[in-house]
Order: sequence, then structure tokens, then C-alpha cells
Amino acid sequence: MSNIRKAFENGKAFIPFITCGDPDLKTTGKIVREAVKNGADLIELGIPFSDPTAEGPVIQGANIRALAGGVTTDKIFDFVRDLRRNITIPLVFMTYANVVFSYGAENFISTCAEIGIDGIILPDLPFEEKAEFQPICSKYSVDLISLIAPTSKERIAMIAREAEGFLYIVSSLGVTGTRSEITTDLASIIKVVRENTDIPCAIGFGISTPEQAKKMAAVSDGAIVGSAIIKLIEKHGKSSVELVGEYVKKMKEAVTNI
Amino acid sequence: MTNGRFGVHGGQYIPETLMNAVIELEKAYNHYKNDPEFNRELTDLFNEYANRPSRLYYAEKLTKALGGAKIYLKREDLNHTGSHKINNVLGQALLAKKMGKTRLIAETGAGQHGVATATAAALMNMECVVFMGEEDTKRQALNVYRMKLLGAEVIPVTSGTATLKDAVSEAMREWTSRIDDTHYCLGSVMGPHPFPTIVRDFQAVISKEIKSQIIEKEGRLPDTVIACVGGGSNAMGSFYHFIEDESVRLIGCEAAGRGIDTFETAATINTGRLGIFHGMKSYFCQDKYGQIAPVYSISAGLDYPGIGPEHAHLHDIGRAEYVPVTDEEAVEAFEFLSKTEGIIPAIESAHAVAYAMKLAPTMDKDKIIVITVSGRGDKDCAAIARYRGEDIYE
Repeated sequence: MSNIRKAFENGKAFIPFITCGDPDLKTTGKIVREAVKNGADLIELGIPFSDPTAEGPVIQGANIRALAGGVTTDKIFDFVRDLRRNITIPLVFMTYANVVFSYGAENFISTCAEIGIDGIILPDLPFEEKAEFQPICSKYSVDLISLIAPTSKERIAMIAREAEGFLYIVSSLGVTGTRSEITTDLASIIKVVRENTDIPCAIGFGISTPEQAKKMAAVSDGAIVGSAIIKLIEKHGKSSVELVGEYVKKMKEAVTNI
Repeated sequence: MTNGRFGVHGGQYIPETLMNAVIELEKAYNHYKNDPEFNRELTDLFNEYANRPSRLYYAEKLTKALGGAKIYLKREDLNHTGSHKINNVLGQALLAKKMGKTRLIAETGAGQHGVATATAAALMNMECVVFMGEEDTKRQALNVYRMKLLGAEVIPVTSGTATLKDAVSEAMREWTSRIDDTHYCLGSVMGPHPFPTIVRDFQAVISKEIKSQIIEKEGRLPDTVIACVGGGSNAMGSFYHFIEDESVRLIGCEAAGRGIDTFETAATINTGRLGIFHGMKSYFCQDKYGQIAPVYSISAGLDYPGIGPEHAHLHDIGRAEYVPVTDEEAVEAFEFLSKTEGIIPAIESAHAVAYAMKLAPTMDKDKIIVITVSGRGDKDCAAIARYRGEDIYE
């Protein structure tokens, strides 16, 4: 069974996204530990990409800062190896297909397995192109996490049936970034998901407040937050560690008390 | 492997949010491409509005000056809006209209595709938003004004290198946020399936015409067809109907910028490697970790780190050759064609002219070269003047 399921055994899950190397890997390490201490159930670690087409301006900025700081895939692998000495919650990478492809898919995915990465999220790898990496992910027991969007409609069942790890439900049209309102009928989407799989679903894109997280977790198994955390890191840099910790605590409480 | 493959290249590497949009587009295209009424309307637009067929002009003075093969110019610069871009845009805008879309979005580098899209939107009474790298809005200020004059909104893109690749990324982002009423009118034979096929089919009119025109004039096929390649739409259009004619040498001219041994280049086949970006598997200029390289060329229209998947495949199987042409060579060709023939080519097209200038003298006088002049060079005059140290303002 996938290690990722553990993230959903502690009530509804709160899943922070953090870009590795923004502002530097040392700070990322501190932020990850602080997030775990404050109740994060699973962490999405972003490997920066030069041209992140699914991201809004906030996460684009984090990618640029991290790359400008000299972060590379190899440095991030070493960083995760070090994290894994005392972090046991599930960890997944979120990056773009070319980062995996250019490293050599087998090299990349086998290294993920070796260092304790439980899954990979690639926003530019839809169902139709899964075969690019799926056989290798299966070989090394790294979950290739699928996304479902508000536009997926009749594709939901097909995606859900083959999903592994957890399902990433995209809350809204557009790119990542905080939104004042989420209007998609997510309950209907999740109803179809439930008819086709029993793996957990978490909702992401646009969530920033405890109220939103609570609302999203109420119809799913958890909430994913990226841009709101990256904004804290952007603003406070190396001094953002405790602020992110407090934020995670508040959000985990919001999703727990449902 | 999925739909839309050219060998290993192509595919649909895009966010799930866009999948139904490209599936819907593919269905609509497969329906309308065989619809007699659609084709009648498109031919009418091509002929009556865009001034097709474009001329195949025997460049006698250029031929004599180079002293080798006989050179013909395929005059896509004479099309309405001044480049080949209008062919694809009229096709896609008509298709979008049939699909019930009311808004076109587009990326542009030099501004030619943006101007063509703004033109089609004006003609067909559609809303139009064009994304253009901020750097390019400065290099091509006149085209920005033209687009606005045509009623389009131009959004300067400041992310990344603020050039063509960033404009593509931003247009893709915009499409994920507004799909229902919006068609992404992609400007080259790139991006996710079905775009490389759709754009190629609409541009294939170029090689269809070259073929019948050269047979009429010379009674035979050309020996060589030369076109410039960024994403590769005019080249794909120029090559397509000759792919099966193996006697015809097909040459794509990539922008080498300051040279393929420097970092300031955009020559994808010559310096890139296989990757996945902007919805497709193809060759890309990138670093060891797959980070897309900040490419450079004097030409805003060729300043792109990738190449269309069908070109990548034609390269793999050896059917087409892709050669690098530097800024300096292109500028010399720009000036040379202007002086010898009185034809000012776009700086993009000047890359193709530059290679022909090297190749023609090595060929016998009974051989035939066709160069596609993909666009007119008025838009480039100020930039070339500045390149030559003359500080003029548009």
C-alpha cells in the first residue's frame, strides 16, 4: 500500500507546498520541519522549473528565486536525503515533465524511491501521456499522482480508476494562486471520483484562508496550499520559518474541526 | 504513445484543465477540414482577402549576382498583413468561429502572428488579446501599434526572458483560465496536438502553390526549398507537399544569433536536445537539468528555444536539414536582397536568403532553389539600422 495513505489517517489532511531552494535549501529544510511540527500531513516539495506554465505569478517567482540561487535537481535529492533522517510523513515532488525527462526518467524515479519520495505530481502530464513515466514509477513504487480539473467532466471516471497515491482536485480554472472565491461544484466532481476509486482526494489551487480550507476539506479528504505559503516566504525570507509554522497550525486546525 | 506523434515527437503534455479543450478542437477540426463549405469559405478568404496565391518570383538579378542555381522567391511577404502568418490565422479563426468561440488569444514574437490574429479578429468580429514579451514590444513597437489599431489588446509579458517563449507560456496560462468562449490561436507548428497538424495544414498552401507554380514555369520540381525556422510554420508549409518528393532537398534555417558556439543562440536542432515543453516532445535549448535556456536572436520571430515536432522528426529521419545562420549573415542577406531585387525581407526570412547565398554558388546553373520569403521587412528597418549603428526612431 502507498505510504501516501498515511497522510489521510489523521483526520482531514493539510498539505503545504514549498518550493525547494526559495530562498535557500537551508531555510526550506527549516520550513519543512516547522510545518511537520505544526501538523502538516504530507508535503509537496517543488523542484523549480524555468518556465512553470501551470503557476501563477507567486509560485513563478519562487521558481525564479530558487533557480537564481543555484538550486539543481541533484542538490534537491541530497536535501531530501538529509530531511529523511528525521521526517517520516509522506513527501512528494511537484515539478514539470522536462525536469524528470531530462534527468533520465529511470534515474530520476529510482532516486526518488531511494531517498524516500513517495510520489510525483507533474501538472503537464495528463492521463493521455502517463505512459511516459508510469511504467517506471510502478517499477520503483513511486506514485504518479493524477490531477482532475473543473473541466474534466467525462474524463473524471477514467482518471480516477487508474489514480494512485491521492487525487489532486484542481479547485478552479486557471493557474495556481490565491482566490477570494471558489465556485466550482467540487462535491459533484468528488461524487464521481468516489464511485470509481477509494483513494483519497485533496483539493488545491486558490486556497488561502482557514475558512476556505475548512470548506474544501468538508467535501474531500484534505486541502493543499501553495501560493499563500510562498507569499510568506517571499515577504519574510529566512525569517519566515515560524510564520509558516503558525500558518500551518491554523490551517490544520481548520481542516481538523469538521 | 498518443495522438499527434511525429516519430517520438509531439503529444499533448498540457495541464488536465486544457485536455477537453484540445480534444474538442481536434474533433471540430477533423469535421471541418473535410467540410466543403468550410473549405470554400477559407479559400475565399485566402484569395479575396489575403491576396493568395502568392507569387513565385524568378529572382533574376539575385541569381546572376550569386552565379549559380536559379533562384525563385515564394512571396509570402505580399500576403495581406505582410507575412505567411495570415494563412494559419484565417483557418483557425474560421474554425473557432464555427466552434462558437467569440474570443481569440495569441502569442507573438516579432508581432507578425499577433497582427495577423488581430486582423482576423477584426474581420470576424471577435475579441482579441495578444501576449507579447516586453522585450519584443520594444523591438517591434510598430507592430504593437498595428495590433491596437486593429482593436486588439496587447499584454506585455514580463516573466522569464520576456520574449516569445514567455508569451507562449502566458497565453497558455490565460487559456486555462478562460476556455468556454476563447480559442488559443497558436501561431506555429508547435504546442500540444492537434496544433502542429492544424497549423501545418493551413500553411501547406505554400508548398501546394510552389509546386504548381514551378511546374508551370519550369516544367519540373525544384532541387532545393529553403525556409527559416523558429517554431517552423512557414518552413513546414513550404516543405509539406515536397516531403514525398525525395529529389527535393529541404533546408530549414535556424537562428544562430551570435553563433552556435556561444550561449547567445536560438538554433534548436543544432544546439538543443530532446525534451518536453509547451505541450510537446521535441528538441529544446536547455541546460543539463532540463531548465529551458534563455535563447537569443536578432530576430524576435525566431527567438524560440524549441522547434515544431514534425521538424524534429524530419531531422531524425534525415528528410530535412537544419542549418544555423548568424545575426550577421542574416543582416547581410537583408541588405543584399533589398539592393539586388528591391525586396526587403523580414529579418526572419533573411536567414533563409543568407543560406541560399552560400548554397546557390555551389550549384549548377540548371538547378533550382526556392526560398520562401515568409514576411516583409518594413518592421525590421529600425532594428537593423540600430544593428548597423544608426540610431533611428520609428
